[in-house]
Amino acid sequence: METFYEVMRRKGISRRSFLKYCSLTATSLGLAPSFIPHIAHAMENKPRTPVLWLHGLECTCCTESFIRSAHPLAKDVVLSMLSLDYDDTLMAAAGHQAEAILEEIMTQYKGKYILAVEGNPPLNEDGMFCIQSGKPFVEKLKRVAKDSKAIIAWGSCASWGCVQAAKPNPTQATPIHKVITDKPIIKVPGCPPIPEVMTGVITYMLTFDRVPELDRQGRPKMFYSQRIHDKCYRRPHFDAGQFVESWDDESARKGYCLYKMGCKGPTTYNACSTVQWNEGTSFPIKAGHGCIGCSEEGFWDRGSFYDRLTNIRQFGIESNADKVGGTAAAIVGATVAAHAAISVAKRARDNAAARKQAASASNNA
Amino acid sequence: MSAASTTQTLTAQELAQRRLASITGVDASGVRRAQNIKAIYVYEVPVRIWHWINVAAILTLCITGYFIGKPPPTMPGEASANYLMGYIRFAHFASGYILAVGLLGRAYWALVGNHHARELFSVPIFQKAYWREALNMVRWYMFLIPKPNQYVGHNPLARLVMFSGFLLTATYMIITGLALYGEGAQMGSWQERMFGWVIVLFGTSQDLHTWHRLGMWAMVIFITVHVYAAIREDIMGRQSMVSTMISGHRTFK
Repeated sequence: METFYEVMRRKGISRRSFLKYCSLTATSLGLAPSFIPHIAHAMENKPRTPVLWLHGLECTCCTESFIRSAHPLAKDVVLSMLSLDYDDTLMAAAGHQAEAILEEIMTQYKGKYILAVEGNPPLNEDGMFCIQSGKPFVEKLKRVAKDSKAIIAWGSCASWGCVQAAKPNPTQATPIHKVITDKPIIKVPGCPPIPEVMTGVITYMLTFDRVPELDRQGRPKMFYSQRIHDKCYRRPHFDAGQFVESWDDESARKGYCLYKMGCKGPTTYNACSTVQWNEGTSFPIKAGHGCIGCSEEGFWDRGSFYDRLTNIRQFGIESNADKVGGTAAAIVGATVAAHAAISVAKRARDNAAARKQAASASNNA
Repeated sequence: MSAASTTQTLTAQELAQRRLASITGVDASGVRRAQNIKAIYVYEVPVRIWHWINVAAILTLCITGYFIGKPPPTMPGEASANYLMGYIRFAHFASGYILAVGLLGRAYWALVGNHHARELFSVPIFQKAYWREALNMVRWYMFLIPKPNQYVGHNPLARLVMFSGFLLTATYMIITGLALYGEGAQMGSWQERMFGWVIVLFGTSQDLHTWHRLGMWAMVIFITVHVYAAIREDIMGRQSMVSTMISGHRTFK
């Protein structure tokens, strides 16, 4: 069986480029230089792991992102070494031919292949809202997941549900982890996820043959352990208290913090502010727009992208913490004031009555 | 006896004494005529110190917390010359720790202090007598009875509000607050390891921020009710309130 290294050499990648790639991978995964030989060794000796890439309800932005992985080495190497044996968007085969490959890999590499899922299955109407090769996607997902080693949930669709699961979610689009419960699932959220994050995660899994360390919500810690805000280049303006107050003001031109414009950087776990997009050119905040928190669960249903205090859905009405809390505090304050006024009035009346009674008593005496 | 006859019977010496009393405030005869006020020691020193430190911490937390969610107008000048949000957040975090450590200390004092120190941490909701007295206080606040009972510690209604309005709110704010602090302290910090699950419980970081802010309003409501009830009881109730939290002694009238 071919190793990764052999595949790369066959694709015309020199040994020098290969070693560069290994050190780049080590760096992007946050590993010490001592891991470079480990990566090289693994690449030279391990048979490559096939990856089956399924598409459910989605917009293909994850694939678009993935094939634009900025670093040429990462792109070439990962795309060629990944035996992306089945990806109905990228593969040349179609129809019965394509489905035959899927079956072949599933039987040949039983329990050894990695399943990458882009999008999610809609469960309403027995999954009829997403049909592939004549069958509901959810059935295909379950069938392919059954013998997989691990599952990568690409993007916010597969991880959280994303726009198709936004209220009222008519198709009942459901994230992968709620459908497949017996396999390790790596969530790589984002709409789409950062290409380098995608290749980084997949490289890690192929090289080390294990699932990367995940946080409580199942996201790889190496890319999702910090918020956009923690590494934002506009952070000094936040700390200084310098904010954009409206889109066309002086502060906006000076590149101040977008906190007041509803930037979700402080509550969004992703690597945009460090890795950035399009070969490290920029990311939303650098372009002057706040983060919309696309890698966070249910970001469509949390009110405006341009509000700092977002909606409380639990109350069933469009309202934020200050509206609810402020109104309650005002009602209590008014009640207290009214109670105080009644107390004063009542005491005055009681005192007057007492004086009157005392006077009449002394008169009677 | 009429007022006129009193004036007539005053000796010159007594008149001089009265004048002196109004100048110096020393009035032995006044003290003799004063009611014999009964006092009992209720709040021990640690409880009182904790209360007033808490006042400062919670006020700071509410004000700085409000501005963290809704920052003041943008600052002029270079970013390097300003650190407004940094200071606001520092004050918030420092006060938060004071609140948290203070509450732990207060819980310890509930174990070793007098029985009034335990009133904050428990409500005898299964006792009929408790609810009878609590209902009595409700009727007093609804102007249905002319005067309430005299209570040495917290009155039963106050105890319920202290427990639910203060203790539960404060605990909730400390737990959610430490979870949010863990985000800034980064993964692997003790705050994140101990309280990171809270974020998952509430959904996302954004949700937790929203719920933490609602908690601030709950605390504002508690403060409003607490301060009003304390002052009103001091004036209209049958025992001292505000001064008790300063001197520790409760007096009755």
